[in-house]
Amino acid sequence: MKTSRRDFIKISSLSLGGILAINPLLNMAMDSDDNLQDDNKIKQFPTYCEVCFWKCAGWVHTKNDKIWKITGNKEDQHSNGRFCPRGTGGVGMYYDNDRLKKPLKRVEKNGKQTFVEITWDEAFNFIADKLQKIKKKYGAECVALFTHGSGGKFWGHLLKAYGSRNISAPSYSQCRGPREAGFIATYGKGIGSPEPLDIKNTKCMVLIGSHLGENMHNGQVQEMSQALEKGASLITVDPRYSTVASKSKFWLPIKPATDIALLLAWIHEIIYKEYYDKKYVEKYTYGFEDLKVHVKNFTPEWAYGKTTIKPDIIRKTAKEMSNASPSVIINPGRHVTWYGDDTQRLRCVAILNALLGSYGKKGGIYSPEKYKVPKFPSEKYIKPKRDWRQAFPGKFKLAKLALASGICDATILSAERDCSFKGWIVNGTNLITTLPNQANTLKAIKSLELLVVIDTMPTEITGYADIVLPECTYLERYDMLRVAKHRKPAIALRMPVTEPLYDSKPGWWMARELGLKMGLKEYFKYENITELLDWQLKKIGSSLEEMKKIGVKTFERKEPLFYGEDEEIEFNTNTGKIELYSTVIEEIGFDPMPKYLAHPEPEEGFYRLNYGRAPMHTFGRTANNPNLFDLMEENNLWVNPKVAKEWDLKTGQEVWLKNQDGVIGSNSIKVRVTERIRWDSVYLVHGFGSTSNKLSRAYKKGLSDSELITNIMMDPLMGGTGMRGNFVTFLLKEPKNNKL
Amino acid sequence: MRYAMVIDTKKCVGCSDCVVACQTENNVPIGYCRDWVVESLKGRYPNLEIEIRSERCNHCTNSPCVRCCPTGASHYEKGGIVKVTQNECIGCSACIQSCPYDARYTHPDGWVDKCTFCIHRVKEGLKTACVSVCPTNCMYFGDLDDENSEVSKLLIKRKFKVLAAEAGTKPNVFYLI
Repeated sequence: MKTSRRDFIKISSLSLGGILAINPLLNMAMDSDDNLQDDNKIKQFPTYCEVCFWKCAGWVHTKNDKIWKITGNKEDQHSNGRFCPRGTGGVGMYYDNDRLKKPLKRVEKNGKQTFVEITWDEAFNFIADKLQKIKKKYGAECVALFTHGSGGKFWGHLLKAYGSRNISAPSYSQCRGPREAGFIATYGKGIGSPEPLDIKNTKCMVLIGSHLGENMHNGQVQEMSQALEKGASLITVDPRYSTVASKSKFWLPIKPATDIALLLAWIHEIIYKEYYDKKYVEKYTYGFEDLKVHVKNFTPEWAYGKTTIKPDIIRKTAKEMSNASPSVIINPGRHVTWYGDDTQRLRCVAILNALLGSYGKKGGIYSPEKYKVPKFPSEKYIKPKRDWRQAFPGKFKLAKLALASGICDATILSAERDCSFKGWIVNGTNLITTLPNQANTLKAIKSLELLVVIDTMPTEITGYADIVLPECTYLERYDMLRVAKHRKPAIALRMPVTEPLYDSKPGWWMARELGLKMGLKEYFKYENITELLDWQLKKIGSSLEEMKKIGVKTFERKEPLFYGEDEEIEFNTNTGKIELYSTVIEEIGFDPMPKYLAHPEPEEGFYRLNYGRAPMHTFGRTANNPNLFDLMEENNLWVNPKVAKEWDLKTGQEVWLKNQDGVIGSNSIKVRVTERIRWDSVYLVHGFGSTSNKLSRAYKKGLSDSELITNIMMDPLMGGTGMRGNFVTFLLKEPKNNKL
Repeated sequence: MRYAMVIDTKKCVGCSDCVVACQTENNVPIGYCRDWVVESLKGRYPNLEIEIRSERCNHCTNSPCVRCCPTGASHYEKGGIVKVTQNECIGCSACIQSCPYDARYTHPDGWVDKCTFCIHRVKEGLKTACVSVCPTNCMYFGDLDDENSEVSKLLIKRKFKVLAAEAGTKPNVFYLI
């Protein structure tokens, strides 16, 4: 049988005779407990974490020049000196002996595709040659970058120098995009990251499907704990009894997919009971009267029929929020691509914050500031003839960033498109699991002429690459400064603690070397990134030497953190006001005020597939990390006891899942019978069930929800991929021919 | 001096940061742990309650492990910290059997290992690794003989419990409930 060009290659097939790596931690002679604090052997180096997007700044401690532990930097506003479990376990990324070790190239041997190890020079020559060919034949715009994490800055720079602006991140259209679109439509400004929520000073926080504490957004979890200690109340809306639900004064076990009904009823109650901040609404908002008419019939009784939340609870919680106003946060959440009407749901959230006057107020949402660090001199980028928007003309007009899923779709050859994407550079994101609808992603990959994957680990996507470039971990490299917005503007340095293991290299080096091969020398006017960093730091009155000692530098703010009493503010919207009635959304032909639409419900014997996070893992990125694997090695399927009884399921029993489209997950999953989940849905933690057998720990541990997310509910406003309209049923025996 | 740990179950989110921080700080081998997280659930949907506890050696004032150790490897340090002297331990596991908290394990190198209340850090005036890392700040460490210490004050102010009180071990890890 002829194999197709881009079959998945298991990287393990070439590791015959490879070096047997031993975890140096285990190999290290044990110190007795008393000698752990022997200062003579201990050094520390500044870093900022790469295990998740929160990017906490901290210290990497070495003992006898071996990486020992990572702790938080007390000056850092992201971590306040305390790392989360993933950041603390970051050492495992370095010691993981399944790491990618050498550049790899796809070749055909005896009719079979396989990877061979090549030199860096060979890898760059191959990629440069392919990229030049694509540029000549189709145009540079037909190459796209998918990226997650710090290295993306260098690859983005290279791509722009090459002539394409198609830089996308699944963190937009598969995650927080609708939140940004909803807030921009309302306030003329998105939320961004880290979210500028004044949680530590809030008196009431409302969480809608957001499971803070299980999603370990470090600073937010810390501040939530502080707020709780000071007596703040939490209102949690979730069909699952999440950890934060257990800390909440009110837990609203909502029927899934009906959140907008609840939000509209809250808006109704707050307006008609006159709980809203009259002065704020009058001074800063546009369209209040229209909104009042719009929500007239959305009473708590109306919402009860949709949400199963009792009217008196809807009333009590609306009162609870208004009592705290303006120190109240209707939390916008982060992963919000659920049902395709997500921008409108986030509009409801934005409107509620405006009605309660919390935007710009203490205990509500503050105005973050970012420090301006000058860019290192470089040749100007060529303006491309077309960008990602041309791939879907007239659609997703509120999208502000390239859509990863959209680029994927526009890679598949189609008669409707005059140009499809031909080359992908994929940096640090396992597109096989980060994009929904795997069959679609694989179809796109098969029509590519070049696929380059840069990663530290042999994740699934590396198996489809033409060239795999092994990146060293964040503990072994410099990156650009972390310039994040926060209460106070601050910068943080990441520096290497040790030489990279194996033949792995930092992203900045790879992008520069490839750039030089492609004749883009004018864009890389530095020999080493330390030159660039020192230049930037000296421009702002610091230096690389100083930052190596302090790690984090915090600056004073230019503007106040909150709006003043009666301050005149012009919002960046058409009307200059906070738009309760969105003129922008009306202009593009959609509802200027959010409406509730009923979404499909599971058929008999099927359950809504709900997914989320565990505090000790970041998506699938950490599943193979030895320290974090130790804390949680697989996910379980949460099943309500009533459902378990009906199917005769026991905790620990293996089941296979089949979705509404007949797709069966490739791994089994163990059942966890628990009262913490509603009877109409099942729940599992995202990021497990790896099908890459080179991940010796994570391989076939648990189930990947991504495989079962085949029904996508597209957000017509900004192109977000709603992923919570999938339903599954149980298969009690292993299905035959179970291959994706 | 009587060292104690107070853990606020109302704040703990069960993230297990204490577990991994202990593991890296103390070179606890992969696959083993000196502390762990327990979640107990009560009720029926939707009337539910969860208690989350970070558990470890209770450094009991009346320790069965110290009493039963045939070599004296298990002993009390200053402040009541229960410790194992690694090179005096013969790995007989009597202490593991005697501990009502299942706080001890046999280290792959042969001795019995457990939480030391990070004695090496405490001696330097630092807090234990788990207390220092906890993102929710739900753990406190200090001296119960000092009535002005944070731990003493918390136990006066808040309702608390200890684990397996019926075993009569007089544990020094307290849970705020």
